[in-house]
Amino acid sequence: MTTRIVELRQGILKKNDELARALRGRFEAGGVLVLNLVSSPGTGKTMFLERTLRTLRERGSRVAALVGDLETDNDARRLAASGAPVRQINTHGICHLEAEMVGRHLEDWPGVEMAGLDYLFIENVGNLVCPSSYDLGERIRVALLSVTEGEDKPLKYPLMFRTCELVLINKIDLLPHLDFDLDLLLYNIDQVHPDVDTTVLSARTGEGIEAWRDWLVAIAAREEIPA
Amino acid sequence: MHELSIVSSVVENVCESLEKYPGARVKEVRLRVGALAAVVEDSLQFCYGIASEGTPLEGSRLVVQTVPVSVHCAACGADGAIASLQDFRCPHCGEPASDVRHGRELEIDSIEIEEAEDVKS
Repeated sequence: MTTRIVELRQGILKKNDELARALRGRFEAGGVLVLNLVSSPGTGKTMFLERTLRTLRERGSRVAALVGDLETDNDARRLAASGAPVRQINTHGICHLEAEMVGRHLEDWPGVEMAGLDYLFIENVGNLVCPSSYDLGERIRVALLSVTEGEDKPLKYPLMFRTCELVLINKIDLLPHLDFDLDLLLYNIDQVHPDVDTTVLSARTGEGIEAWRDWLVAIAAREEIPA
Repeated sequence: MHELSIVSSVVENVCESLEKYPGARVKEVRLRVGALAAVVEDSLQFCYGIASEGTPLEGSRLVVQTVPVSVHCAACGADGAIASLQDFRCPHCGEPASDVRHGRELEIDSIEIEEAEDVKS
């Protein structure tokens, strides 16, 4: 019997990474800006996304959304009210979305082609830990927080706040009723991810939505593949 | 709790690499896991026993090497390990440092296997 050491030096999630790379190529070829929205449960992702889809549609953008949840299609039904094509992904117990699930749900989506979209939003499962390890082929990862959560959340979940391109702070309409220290939150975000973009808004009142839209439009223009 | 998904991927990847060594049993699997990878070693160890059951990895040891987070400082050009995950600053000059060079690893480094004895010996 011989013992042997075999050097593998390979990524544990290489299958997911390969699928994500293929998706990214497909999104780029279709000219669609894909965003992966991550947050804790209860941050207001769905209302935020509903408002975003509606606002972008009103301005003539072509949008669609995939929404991940462990169970139920409640979110897809809520979002469908925006008029945008929405598809639910049920993970049945898995706490994050994987590239394979995204790819599978893009197939046979009636009336939805990547080349016919400006923006595709992927609402991840509400969880600040596991989704951070899984690339979905997105261009932009947006971490959502709300002012009803702790100011130290970025310090507790550094990977998520490090791997995002934008931190979006929701529910600012509630600030007058809370002892929340917004400056402390911004300071903590800067501790784990210096120079990351941040924006504050209220999905309920619509305050800040225009600034968020401007950010998206600027990114979409910047990400345009040079001819 | 995505450690089960992660160790399941480890088992799958290792089984694939065993195709070149028919009949081999795995004695040890060595991982490199970044401190920023959001993975808990205890959970990995717990799930590993479940995920490796009934495979050539059953009964093997899982060794996890933690890779500290290090950054490259755009201001002074130095590379170094940060003091804590709550403070992404250059350890030399104290400037904010966004360029993470290490600490997100989630890799299978190597495996130790016992090859099957030649049937005709």
